[in-house]
Amino acid sequence: MILVYTSSPEGQLKKSAFEAVTYGYKAAQAMGTEVVALTIGNVDNAGVLGQYGASKVLNAAGADSFDSGVHAAVIAKVAEQVGASVVVMPDDSTGKSLLGRVAVRLDAGAVSGVKSLPDTSAGFAVKKNVFSGKAIVDFNISSDKKVLSIAGNTFPPEVVGGDVAVEAAGVDVPASRVRVKEVNTVKGTVPLPEAELVVSAGRGMKDPGNWGIIDELAGHLGATTACSRPVADVGWRPHHEHVGQTGVAIRPNLYIAIGISGAIQHLAGVNQSKTIVVINKDPEAPFFKAADYGIVGDLFEVVPRLNEAIKKFKAAN
Amino acid sequence: MKLLVCVSKTPDTTTKISFANNDTEFNTQGVQYIMNPYDEWYALVRALELKEAAGGTVTTINVGPAANDTVIRKGLAIGADDAIRVDAPENCSTYYVAKQIAEQAKAGGYDVVFFGKETIDYNGAQIGAMVAEMLDMPFISYATKMDVAGNTATISRDIEGGQEVVEVDTPFAISAAKGLAEQRIPNMRGIMMAKRKPLNVVPPVDVTEKVSVASYALPPAKKECHYIDAEDMDKLVELLHSEAKVI
Repeated sequence: MILVYTSSPEGQLKKSAFEAVTYGYKAAQAMGTEVVALTIGNVDNAGVLGQYGASKVLNAAGADSFDSGVHAAVIAKVAEQVGASVVVMPDDSTGKSLLGRVAVRLDAGAVSGVKSLPDTSAGFAVKKNVFSGKAIVDFNISSDKKVLSIAGNTFPPEVVGGDVAVEAAGVDVPASRVRVKEVNTVKGTVPLPEAELVVSAGRGMKDPGNWGIIDELAGHLGATTACSRPVADVGWRPHHEHVGQTGVAIRPNLYIAIGISGAIQHLAGVNQSKTIVVINKDPEAPFFKAADYGIVGDLFEVVPRLNEAIKKFKAAN
Repeated sequence: MKLLVCVSKTPDTTTKISFANNDTEFNTQGVQYIMNPYDEWYALVRALELKEAAGGTVTTINVGPAANDTVIRKGLAIGADDAIRVDAPENCSTYYVAKQIAEQAKAGGYDVVFFGKETIDYNGAQIGAMVAEMLDMPFISYATKMDVAGNTATISRDIEGGQEVVEVDTPFAISAAKGLAEQRIPNMRGIMMAKRKPLNVVPPVDVTEKVSVASYALPPAKKECHYIDAEDMDKLVELLHSEAKVI
């Protein structure tokens, strides 16, 4: 059996949850077994996980705020109850706090940020990116039980069935030792780690008052905005927009970098993007070496031109 | 407070990555090593600030060979009081490292165990959660702000698209992200004092490995950048739609 834990920030299942169930379903197919999905706390519409291949959806009520200790205890108990040999979870902030705990509880080998389905031809091997995307490692897991977290935006959700009924997990939820005081999330935009389209700008913008053209571009595309470290450090943009080695690491389908030179620390956070567009007036900017499409030009002329072109494209399609 | 900071050694960000022994090992020839930035800049410095404000001790722990002592001495130069190195081979698994830290932390009875949010080499982000579980402590990951009053800490942590503020009592484990503190550069006095501070080398406990590296590979080579005329943004949109298929 494969158990997929789906995180549900503020009671909502997100794309990362559907990706994890899709991964679990594909692995289960290859291994000749089934997927049980587990949600914890109050979750809207959890039965939808059946659409992505869960044959059963369990819910453990009574732990509405996140505590890695409580959640790991529940996941491990349910894993034992359903006889899971593999536990899968998203590689988001929740999964990253849980993976190691669940691995210790189950005495399981763990790999985080997995980007391949398990290769079971000789044992159990999975791949992950290391050195901030500069290399790929093939890990062998030799323990009986395995715990995996799945890299975001790598396994697109696939609908394979219909909703299933949500059943109570029937496990005790221990008391939490973490008191959640506030949750402040940006509403109305897709958070950066989940975004498929990202428009990012840096010092080349010259002034925080110039961001109108960036917001316009993001608006036309339905993209999330990001920024480089220097502009977050001086307070031109909010800290949560900073992508790069010390900021958020992302892997969107499209990353448009505007007025960002492409220092190695910045690239470390974005080089796993599927398509990279670089707009910079300096033809020597190192970012062009990592770009799929490059435009050498003044961003204050190029970006408005791009906005017009996208408007035209959207109107025609 | 008694504070423990777990410090890891990682190749410098600018390291050229290559492999040895039929792609089964990371090639360490000519690699410059540094203290993992999240451990040094944020976890260690915040621990030192807490000690400076309220008293106590800051101990660092590292799991690895004697070659790691340079990185450990840097931690002492920045201001840690003493250091533990669990004498272990290079490249042990995350589980192995977590087990060694947990054994030492249990014996030391620390109030807070600090980690960086991840190392910049294997990007695993696992060891903090593992050690917290082994010690049965709450674990607050991705902390960007931490204030302590008595035995209670108020911590802001990064979550998808925002922040969460939590309260937790000691003892607990925490992983540090950007914002928790500001990088400190060791001064000459610190560097001189570090030479006389205790660096205790202890033997490892036995661990059965569960995960091992089968092989390394480089990512597929990036194709040449396709330059587009700055006047012709219709062309870019067209390529993003029909070639890259991303819009």
